[in-house]
Amino acid sequence: MARELDYRRVMEVLGSREQFAQGDVACAYGAILGGCDFFAGYPITPATEVAETMAVLLPRLGCAVMQMEDEIASLSAVIGAAWAGSRAFTATSGPGFSLMQEGIGYACMTETPCVIINVQRSGPSTGQPTEPAQGDMLQARWGTHGDHEIIALAPASVQECVDLTRLAFNLAEEYRNPVLVMTDGEVGHMREKIVLPAEDEIELVERCPPTNKPGAYVPFRAAPGSVPEMASFGTGFHTYVTGLTHDERGLPATDDAEQHTRLVRRLVDKIRDDTERLTRVEVDSEEGAKVGIVSYGISARSAAGAVRIARAEGRKINHLRLISVYPFPERAVRDFANGLDRIIVPELNLGQICHVVREALEGEATVERVSRIGGEIIPPEEIVRALIEGGEQV
Amino acid sequence: MFNQARKIRDKYIRDEMWPSIFCTGCGIGNVLNYTLRAIDSIGLDIDRTVFCSGIGCSSRLPGYIEADGLHTTHGRAIAFATGVKVYKPELSVIVFTGDGDMAGIGGNHFIHAARRNVDMTVICINNFNYGMTGGQVSPTTPAEDLSTTTPYGNLEEPFDLCRLAIGAGAPFVARWTMGFPYETITAIESAIRTKGFGFVEILAPCPTGYGKANELRDAPANWDWYKENTITRIDLAQLSPDERSANRKIVIGTLWKEEKPEYIERWRQLVGRLQADSEPAKSS
Ligand SMILES: Cc1ncc(C[n+]2csc(CCOP(=O)(O)OP(=O)(O)O)c2C)c(N)n1
Ligand code: SF4
Ligand SMILES: [Mg+2]
Repeated sequence: MARELDYRRVMEVLGSREQFAQGDVACAYGAILGGCDFFAGYPITPATEVAETMAVLLPRLGCAVMQMEDEIASLSAVIGAAWAGSRAFTATSGPGFSLMQEGIGYACMTETPCVIINVQRSGPSTGQPTEPAQGDMLQARWGTHGDHEIIALAPASVQECVDLTRLAFNLAEEYRNPVLVMTDGEVGHMREKIVLPAEDEIELVERCPPTNKPGAYVPFRAAPGSVPEMASFGTGFHTYVTGLTHDERGLPATDDAEQHTRLVRRLVDKIRDDTERLTRVEVDSEEGAKVGIVSYGISARSAAGAVRIARAEGRKINHLRLISVYPFPERAVRDFANGLDRIIVPELNLGQICHVVREALEGEATVERVSRIGGEIIPPEEIVRALIEGGEQV
Repeated sequence: MFNQARKIRDKYIRDEMWPSIFCTGCGIGNVLNYTLRAIDSIGLDIDRTVFCSGIGCSSRLPGYIEADGLHTTHGRAIAFATGVKVYKPELSVIVFTGDGDMAGIGGNHFIHAARRNVDMTVICINNFNYGMTGGQVSPTTPAEDLSTTTPYGNLEEPFDLCRLAIGAGAPFVARWTMGFPYETITAIESAIRTKGFGFVEILAPCPTGYGKANELRDAPANWDWYKENTITRIDLAQLSPDERSANRKIVIGTLWKEEKPEYIERWRQLVGRLQADSEPAKSS
């Protein structure tokens, strides 16, 4: 039963295809165009507008929106809805993202499709609620305990809030995994022109339904590195879902080393093995450059500005923008760095993705960082200065 | 009786999960039996019923039922159940939880769900301790009692889970013990039939944890304890005012029942209203 988006009705609710919109609102639009039919969240700056927009739009499409008692409950409700057949999501920022780590791990272990939007703000703790940051990038990868893989996308514009949120829903369904949209307070609160997709650009990818009848269906049976079929609740398949280590039938097998290894390796490999397919990057390279920038999210705009300034001054510089951050596009980063001596990583934190870049390059080029915290985005000139004088050490 | 037990077992039990993890003398198995009998007598469609639970011995129950089950994280079962039910209201949702799971780590989800009044049934197995982790103090352990983390006696006052549920707005609240099978089954039926948040607390022995620490290790002594230390709401009402105020026994029975608007009904009305509002816009 392939899901179809009632495009006409959706556009009646969303308004015209071209709009001047805020990033958070654009995430909400992207979600609805990605087939979202359930939202649960908890207010937090600078992500609240996602919840407020969903609260206006979803009931008009006949779908439920809930404000839960906290972020743990929000993601829990989302996962519950997902098992009942929903394309569900939540949106939060740092403090709430910390609370959601429990649910993220549960969704990884139970292979539950769900989307989490993190409009990052400055931490640690309550930090600077209204200020943008990129301080949750490693938490996004490793925040929940135990071995797991995650898919994360990083919009750098309001348009990408629409596009990548839509994509996130399809990837969540296809890989049966939580997918993170790692935006930030700047992208979330700025306003830009967006163009919503035309009807023929809409494609909803769905979890693979059981091909066997109830009784013959084995809910967590899948070849190594692949994704099992998923029977939603209420369809007669009697699926038992647990965050405990489970066998192919979904039943607890907690002291079985072999089962645990097979399960967790599959959960990791189903995403890791598909890194190339999941990689989305933008490369701006020119002949003869010796220095490159690897950027993502809002800092990619600072980087693009730096590239313009540097080139106008006659300096050669290359730029790789990560649109997908996890699984980390190692190959793309290595290919990009090939022939370069230095890589500069600008981030709104004191050094996070720069470490992952350095690990990927295995010493092929030196990695330097341009770090800024406190609430302002990185002025392009600061990156240009790092290009000339060297950045901070990683 | 035996035939009926057999029938219930064949109809609802997930064979691969047998035998259960429960210790001898544990009350959790009885709760499974009572719940399945209630489901059977109501004639609930098992294909359209989802059992949710958190973490703990009590929370292992969904695994034993041949139905959809969501064994979630510690304390969060009710929040997960909320998502299941609100997204797919045609499903019946039953939550199994423990005193630690529901009133400790999950206390906030519990009171908010009672307030929100989404149609679901929550069955809390209160064994006065954290059984699964080896008998630590819980939010319902009586004051002065012993546990592995209160080896000199519990300094805290316990929650009265039913009063908590009533205060938070649950429209159906009952408490029973193992010794009252038919009353418990009837209470579970009523909770399932309640349009809204139905709550049943079942006092059940944990001989391995609380029992061992408090001289109730042996099963008959444990069962007697429940008889001696509880009083039905009806018996309590027969007492003189002085006797009533001196009563220290745990009150059992149907403790609250009211009709109030249920969340999904309200949501359906909202959707209907919005659709009606958008009709004229369509034709213009
Ligand atoms: C977040 C988290 N903290 C702690 C635990 C460990 N833990 C497992 S079961 C349990 C207590 C369960 O108590 P209760 O709900 O009363 O269930 P019982 O075993 O008594 O039936 C705890 C603390 C856990 N699984 N998760
Ligand atoms: S530890 Fe207690 S609650 Fe758990 S199975 Fe044993 S008796 Fe039952
Ligand atoms: Mg307990």
